Amino acid sequence: MSPQPGRRELLSGWGRTAPSAAEVVRAVHPQFVDEAVTMAGQPGGTGRGLIARGLGRSYGDAAQNAGGMVLDATWLDAVHRVDLDAGVIKVGAGVSLQTLMERFVPLGWFVPVTPGTRLVTVGGAIAADIHGKNHHVDGSFCTHVTEMTLATPTGTAAVSATSDPDLFWATAGGMGLTGVITDATLQMIPVETSYLLVDTERAPDLDSTMDKLVTGDAGYRYSVAWIDCQSTGSRLGRSVLTRGDHARLGDLPDRLRLAPDRARAFGPRMLARVPLTPPSGLLNPLTVGAFNEFWFRKAPRHQVGRARHMAGFFHPLDGVGAWNRLYGTRGFLQYQFVVPDRGGETVRRVIERLGALKLASFLAVLKRFGPGDPGPLSFPMPGWTLALDLPVGHHGLDLLLDELDGEVIGAGGRIYLAKDSRVSPAAFRAMYPRVDEWVAVRDRVDPRGVLRSDLGRRLGLCDDRFPAPDGSGPDGRSGGAPRTEPSGAARRSATRTKRTTPTGRTTPTSRTRTPSAPPAPATTPRPSPTTPSSPERTGS
Amino acid sequence: MIDAVGRPQSVLVLGGSSEIAQAIVARLVPGRCRTVVLAGREGPRLSEAVDRAKAAGAEVVEGVAFDATETSAHRAFADRVFDRFGDFDLVIVATGVLGDQHADEQDPVAAASVLAINFAGLAAAVLAVTGHLRRQGHGRLVVLSSVAGERARRTNFIYGSSKAGLDAFSQGLGDSLAGTGVRVMIVRPGFVAGRMTAGMTPAPFSTTPEAVADLVVRGIESGAGVVYAPPVLRWVFAVMRHLPRAVWRRMPG
Repeated sequence: MSPQPGRRELLSGWGRTAPSAAEVVRAVHPQFVDEAVTMAGQPGGTGRGLIARGLGRSYGDAAQNAGGMVLDATWLDAVHRVDLDAGVIKVGAGVSLQTLMERFVPLGWFVPVTPGTRLVTVGGAIAADIHGKNHHVDGSFCTHVTEMTLATPTGTAAVSATSDPDLFWATAGGMGLTGVITDATLQMIPVETSYLLVDTERAPDLDSTMDKLVTGDAGYRYSVAWIDCQSTGSRLGRSVLTRGDHARLGDLPDRLRLAPDRARAFGPRMLARVPLTPPSGLLNPLTVGAFNEFWFRKAPRHQVGRARHMAGFFHPLDGVGAWNRLYGTRGFLQYQFVVPDRGGETVRRVIERLGALKLASFLAVLKRFGPGDPGPLSFPMPGWTLALDLPVGHHGLDLLLDELDGEVIGAGGRIYLAKDSRVSPAAFRAMYPRVDEWVAVRDRVDPRGVLRSDLGRRLGLCDDRFPAPDGSGPDGRSGGAPRTEPSGAARRSATRTKRTTPTGRTTPTSRTRTPSAPPAPATTPRPSPTTPSSPERTGS
Repeated sequence: MIDAVGRPQSVLVLGGSSEIAQAIVARLVPGRCRTVVLAGREGPRLSEAVDRAKAAGAEVVEGVAFDATETSAHRAFADRVFDRFGDFDLVIVATGVLGDQHADEQDPVAAASVLAINFAGLAAAVLAVTGHLRRQGHGRLVVLSSVAGERARRTNFIYGSSKAGLDAFSQGLGDSLAGTGVRVMIVRPGFVAGRMTAGMTPAPFSTTPEAVADLVVRGIESGAGVVYAPPVLRWVFAVMRHLPRAVWRRMPG
């Protein structure tokens, strides 16, 4: 059951930017995951740690680990336990939301939270603490997770919000950096059919869009506005609002109502697949503008109570396979942020300023969040969230997004790590002021920093290197603690390890390098992840 | 890590006192670049380059001794810098000498030295560094070649052939690195007005270190494989490469 050496593969996120190579190892069994996590931190491994990867729908570098190991968690696809009376299911972390819907919607249970794609794994949903169109009512994904099994370098244990709240909430939105989730128990929500009753209306500008969302959200379980970002002037922020709730059998038109099997069916097919990557530039302001115009005009001005299937309502883009290729070889990124209610003006400025770049930006998604959950790195907070896709390669986009980060920080908001591929370490810390709480929990379960990703390195949460195997680094951290402790429970009661010096684990060490490498001289190491950057480099 | 819009957080420069390399570093530091390691011949020029990178705001800046012709030391050099500073997101290969074509033609030792610095020694150093990039699974290698290497001219064929060698080497290396996460970008400037060409008459389409640096940074951003500076030289040399030799050797300069 020992992990076999994997295949070196080039991996990137959904945005197809900044690929890196790693040993990809199939997580064929939970026990195998435990061993892989233990081995990754020991001499003889790649020396560059490990991260779990699901279906690769994070836009940036969250599920990449350059030069290290990437566990392909989609192999953890078992359904462990099902209680159809209570709607409680325990499944492997690699099970996709699509699988859950295919299996359980016909039996009357729907996932509590679904993002704009159902092609994400349960493990990924927890690691990103995903949200859906029902956040203002139901909160984010982890609120509905009653328990999960987490494999950490200091042991594997079942973790719940009551057994170990610190670890549970550090894992919610922790981007996989607190351990590898091998299974999770979810509370599903009851549905009678696989249809929703949807109200659609157009809003001519941003003010009316926001008004309608503020006043109408209480009346809808699912609510979202698709904004046409190509419109300017008096039509800036014009949108199509689609809002609704699950349909009961009696709500449906006769052709479905009289055929309950069809009314509960969930088996969407992929309609098409993008077969190859066209040159960047296929999506340009002209083609995208035309699409957006079409989208706006095809929407009814006002339509109430139309029955729509879940797949079309929640996941319109899942009908086209590999649609991310449309952005061409350079790839694209998604900018998603949230600002508290008082930051509504930030939404307008972001739309204005990105619109002024004349980039090919498809419809942006605007919605309101309800209260967030206790996760220090969990994204949602009450207020406005806006998400928009942007092709990369436009000169000046980098600086503009840095400026927008500054505005978001100024408004007390933050960006979503599952979408991020470019935020600076300093801006990240300003957006997530509770990051030190998170680091303390991570250090407790992973004192040597075995769990690593490119995102973690980029944001200064992970280091390039391990501290000396004997833990003799000047930081005094207990890197030499026994790594074969018997159970996770004993460890969970251990006190938190706290960094004692700002240099953290950046201590220079000689790794398993060629013998000709001379001993590393004591020298200025890279600034530690915990060292706040100088203020003048914050944000913009 | 380099981000989605091509901004590295750490850079190693071989030939740290090169004007073009310094101009590139000056453009990277305000972005995301916090670690700058400048390798080159120790001396006032290197220390000045270090001071400039510090002044630009990089948090960790160091000059380290590097001599392209000391091939036996290259592996230890590469091991040392990657051990001390961790991953490098970007390695700029900027070491190079112009030589004195007229004098060097009469002095085989001097000619060999140009070839050793610009090509043989440097290629060996690039290999030593590439081993680490391969292992870390990501990174960009930017190699400063020259249009002089596109087709050797009678008036500077020693320098030109050294750059031709380095250029061909980098192309092959780039192909061999497909799938490793490491990418090679070759930069082919024309006549760059600066220290190296002081006192010379500028050739047509001459450029400056700053202009070259702008194009390099944009090339990293867009993931280019080859960058000409100025860009028009791509088309100029597409023609020049195919001129009959009788015409080519009569070209002025």
